[in-house]
Amino acid sequence: MAEAQEAELSPEIVLEEMKKNGVTHVVWLPDSETNWLYLLMQAEPSLHLVPVSREGLAFSMAAGLFVGGKTPIILIQNTGLMESGDSLRGWGLGLNIPVVLMVGYRGWTRHGITQDTAATYTERFLHAFGINYYLVESSADAPRISVAFAEAKKTRRPVAVLVGDEYHGFNR
Amino acid sequence: MFRTADMLEIFQQYRGDAIVVPGRGGRHWVPLSTQPSRDAPVGDPAMGGHASFACGLALAQPEKKVIVFDSEGDLLMNLGILPTIAEQAPKNFYHFLLDNECYATTGGQPVPNAKNVAYDVMARGAGYPRAFAFEQLEDFANNIQAILGQPGPVLVAMKVFPEIENEPIGRRQRWQTRNREQVVQDLRTELGLTG
Repeated sequence: MAEAQEAELSPEIVLEEMKKNGVTHVVWLPDSETNWLYLLMQAEPSLHLVPVSREGLAFSMAAGLFVGGKTPIILIQNTGLMESGDSLRGWGLGLNIPVVLMVGYRGWTRHGITQDTAATYTERFLHAFGINYYLVESSADAPRISVAFAEAKKTRRPVAVLVGDEYHGFNR
Repeated sequence: MFRTADMLEIFQQYRGDAIVVPGRGGRHWVPLSTQPSRDAPVGDPAMGGHASFACGLALAQPEKKVIVFDSEGDLLMNLGILPTIAEQAPKNFYHFLLDNECYATTGGQPVPNAKNVAYDVMARGAGYPRAFAFEQLEDFANNIQAILGQPGPVLVAMKVFPEIENEPIGRRQRWQTRNREQVVQDLRTELGLTG
């Protein structure tokens, strides 16, 4: 039982990681990987949710929040990340914004070959933009989220956390 | 229609200590501004993001007015920002829109349905509590003080003359006096932020 729980990514633990790293604003567009996290974020008084309707807007919004002194996190899916390329380039990298992107890794699997091209191109996309990333599949990986925050702050660049837990955990 | 530079000269009288994101009005605003350290003339990092950048600033600094000079081409690229701003409802956010009916920096090609889009109506439809449209400079001048005297969010659509550029980008005269990194650093310092 304990092993099974460990193999899932607990949204409570992800929320704790956000709080531990001083996140003030969650700029996000819903995706299937983070639905459960939404309910927790809504109930968390220290977080201000900023929903956007297109992922590219998340980068310019987060840039404004950072320049104004806040600590945003971007919560989107890999499909939307790919839609956001120019905004990531211009507003994220161009303005040296130290922001963590939590990216739902739609299609990710360790078993067999993924049939989802969203997964096929996710890491290639991040490589193309020079964005470093950390894969988080279970609660045991959650400390990597803090690593991403520390790296973003140190390098003054966006850093990605790929949430590879589509089929259990957040989506239970 | 009126000239962006003339409008900004009038606006300058009422700016107070607001943070200004000059957006597409940057080339005229930079030489006019008397408080450059409270400006964010970041140029055009990626088209369509000025309003959301300014909204982020407004949410981060709720005690300070944040004023953005967006353009209709930018807004059309990301119309979805209107309901986000309306939902967040930052009372310190003032959204000015320079509508020249074209993509001036690429040679003046018209934006879609250029002469028939009512951006003030779009803003109201998205949930902005107030929105205005001005085609005459005199009307703008007569209303700007009252607009800035009321809480946001508000959208002010303005018909401005296009300043069409056909010169190859590499040969255009730069109006920026600071690079983006310096602009961000100066503003954060002005706001008392470190790091």
